[in-house]
Amino acid sequence: MNFSDLNILPWLIPIPPLVAFFVIILFAGRSKLLTHIIAIGAIFLSWLMSFYAVYTIVTQHKDLGTAAALGGKGVFASSVTWLVNGATGPGTATGALGMGVMLDPLNTIMLFMVPLACLLIFIYTLGYMAHDPRNTRFFAFLSLFAGAMLTLVVADNLLLLFIGWEVMGLCSYLLIGFWYEKPSAYQAAIKAFMTTRVGDVIMMIGIAYLWASTGTLSFRAILHNEDVLHKLATTPALGGFLGLTAAGLIGLCIVAGTIGKSAQFPLHVWLPDAMEGPTPVSAMIHAAAMVSAGVYLVIRMYPLLSAGGNPEAGVLTPPMILMSIVGSFTALFAATIAVSQNDIKKVLAYSTISQLGFMIAALGIGAYVAAAFHLITHAFFKALLFLGSGSVIHAMEHGEHAAHAAHEGHTAHDQGHVPDASPAHGGHEAPHAATEPIEHHEHPLHDPEPAFDPQDMRNMGGLGRNMPVTMWTFIIGGASLAGFPLITAGFWSKDEILADAWHLSAQSPLAVLVLVSLAVAAILTAFYTFRQIALTFWGEPRTEAAKFAQHNDGTAEARNISAQMTAPLIVLAFMAIVAGFAGVNPGFPIIGAITSRFFPQGAPFANFVGRTLLEAPEHLDFSWWPVLVSFSVFLIGVGMGYALYVRRQYALGQKDPMEDIVGADIYRILQKKYYVDEFYGWAFINPLRWIATTLVSQIVDKGIIDGTLNIIATSATWIGNLFREFNRVVIDGVSDGIPDAIADAGRSLRSVQSGHIQQYLLYALVAALWVGLNLILLAVFPLAVPWAALAQVVIAVLLILFFNVSGSRASN
Amino acid sequence: MVPLNAYLIVAAGLFSIGMFAALARRNVIAILMGVELMLNAVNINLVAFWRFLTPATEASSGLKVGMSGQAFAAFVFVVAAAEVAVGLALIISMYRNRRTVIAEDVDTLRY
Repeated sequence: MNFSDLNILPWLIPIPPLVAFFVIILFAGRSKLLTHIIAIGAIFLSWLMSFYAVYTIVTQHKDLGTAAALGGKGVFASSVTWLVNGATGPGTATGALGMGVMLDPLNTIMLFMVPLACLLIFIYTLGYMAHDPRNTRFFAFLSLFAGAMLTLVVADNLLLLFIGWEVMGLCSYLLIGFWYEKPSAYQAAIKAFMTTRVGDVIMMIGIAYLWASTGTLSFRAILHNEDVLHKLATTPALGGFLGLTAAGLIGLCIVAGTIGKSAQFPLHVWLPDAMEGPTPVSAMIHAAAMVSAGVYLVIRMYPLLSAGGNPEAGVLTPPMILMSIVGSFTALFAATIAVSQNDIKKVLAYSTISQLGFMIAALGIGAYVAAAFHLITHAFFKALLFLGSGSVIHAMEHGEHAAHAAHEGHTAHDQGHVPDASPAHGGHEAPHAATEPIEHHEHPLHDPEPAFDPQDMRNMGGLGRNMPVTMWTFIIGGASLAGFPLITAGFWSKDEILADAWHLSAQSPLAVLVLVSLAVAAILTAFYTFRQIALTFWGEPRTEAAKFAQHNDGTAEARNISAQMTAPLIVLAFMAIVAGFAGVNPGFPIIGAITSRFFPQGAPFANFVGRTLLEAPEHLDFSWWPVLVSFSVFLIGVGMGYALYVRRQYALGQKDPMEDIVGADIYRILQKKYYVDEFYGWAFINPLRWIATTLVSQIVDKGIIDGTLNIIATSATWIGNLFREFNRVVIDGVSDGIPDAIADAGRSLRSVQSGHIQQYLLYALVAALWVGLNLILLAVFPLAVPWAALAQVVIAVLLILFFNVSGSRASN
Repeated sequence: MVPLNAYLIVAAGLFSIGMFAALARRNVIAILMGVELMLNAVNINLVAFWRFLTPATEASSGLKVGMSGQAFAAFVFVVAAAEVAVGLALIISMYRNRRTVIAEDVDTLRY
């Protein structure tokens, strides 16, 4: 088999991390070094194969895809018959469920992004988790996570995609709850698992319905087949009583899955809590894998979601309407929360939700290419930001230890090292939180203040001095997120979404909604990103820990860790800038002219990804208005941030400047995240808990089930007692009675054996007389013998009884 | 000639006296003497019955046959002598060990 054949190669891409997972869990987990080699080697191998595939396609198969308008020549794919079930349905039902892989432009770009981001995250993890006691397990889970994501990406059917999807759900559970000593961590893990499950169940119903309607789950058989799409779009679902077509209903279900996985509005609550996991997990979830998978799914299923609609003419199908409303609402909603958060990772979490809202909203109005483009650029700069924030947290923890060491240096100076080299300090956030109370007990005088939070941006400030690489890469990532004009990837992808919304706003009022809310969200994005950078890296250090914060304190090990953590940042920062130029509209002044020189057929990204669809999306003409919007939202956001956080330095303990502007009440609502968690607690969790503890536990379980069991058990016991009595009285009575009677007889008869020989002689005399009398009787009255015998038996019995009674009395 | 019944009455009287002694006396030696009396009563009976009931016949060898009654009595004497020898030996042993010759005191062989 020729594995360099692109039809076959995708089979191999997910294999190494999956194998690595099993090898590490089963065999290699004892050795850190071996684990690192296996995990990094596996993901590197995947990356290498992916890179080979992407490179070959981009250089030699530029016309990959199905859009004939752009000269598409089909896709690379191979599949095997997996589950023969005899299903028949419209279109291409083969009577079997296939399993297979494929490479089309969409998953080619995913293969460009996912393994690269995963590889960088793995390398970063080397440094970040260097001192964690469960280091090897972490790598095993990360490998499984990466393997599942790659499976999902190369899958050619919904079932395989769903398998990867669910394995990722498991991995997110395992990794978010990785520091399970912390109650908040395992609660967050359960929350993430349960919340995404809500979407997954609905999505599974959609998949089942799709299979029932078409008899196949293969992307090629459904999405590349106009007949099937047309049939789905014209068949009323469930007899039509919902007023939906089959495509509409399936689409809504699939969008529901994405709402769960990509943390869109009603199901977004798990994602901020997922920050409880170690930071590489956050990067994995937020950039490379989990949430990208949700968006990837809707982009992948877009032909189905849009079947029957014509977004370019303003005709949107129900799933698209749902996506545009949910996406734009979520983008705005999450951005408003993000501005008020003080935890460095929470800000990024809400920022992720908001940016995913951008993508979903873009897809909702048919901006297929823009959504895919933003997915890729966002993955790079959000991975960068998360890894950067991890670097900050790492440094802050070291800074705190160093600050302690500096304070205690007066008394313990002879130990001779002020900046703590910290291998003794285990891992990061969680082990820290776990050991903190113990330290309190040990040093109540030294450490009277509450547990120091190394993630709180209010405790930071001025970190850029000691960590220039982290700062500059973070600023690049932040600029990309905020949409710094012209040079960052985020600008180009966001600009493309806004441009699409602008062009559609004439046809569809929903596009206006999307445009306005995304523009406002973009202002807020620029604002909170600027706030984050200003609070973290600029100004004066606000705490001792911030003053000492750094991770390279000169020791060889720290330098090593520092290198492992900063190298991925630099690569990602490079991607966060360069990735954007693949999508520049050729009509853009100056820059468009430059890029068209390299890509004469127009924006390469749009051309390439557009071929995924049967009909390539239209190329948008350049228009100044969306660009002006993009420029102005960035400038407004940054201007606000500058006014609030740079012009006036923020001081520790001071009220947040935001609070004065929006008012304390609104600020509190924002900080409390609109009380969504509280609402869910009130509306779902507490009633369910009541049902569980009171209704089910007390009444059903303890009352009915236990009651029934008690009755059964009691009656069985009663019957048992009955048998026991029967046994005791009748059976034991008989079997004990016989020996007892024999013993009694023996007891009474033993008085005969008195030891007095004269008594024995008397017995002999009596017996002799008795025999003599009988002989006389026999001789004289032969006829009376029977009667005499009877009389003698009676007399004998009476004598025995007499002796018996007297014997037992004697024994008493 | 003295009739058979007289012998039998004497033997019965002797037996009763012996029986009384064997049953009623406390001294073991007296009991043994009672037993001897009873044996002798039996001997009287044996010889008396032999004398009155068995015809004296002459065998060709010259011996008087039908001497079984006397032979039986002789056996009883021998048995009685052996019994007395054993009995007295027991009594001496008993006296040495327990310092008593009272039958009731020697009741070790009981339940």
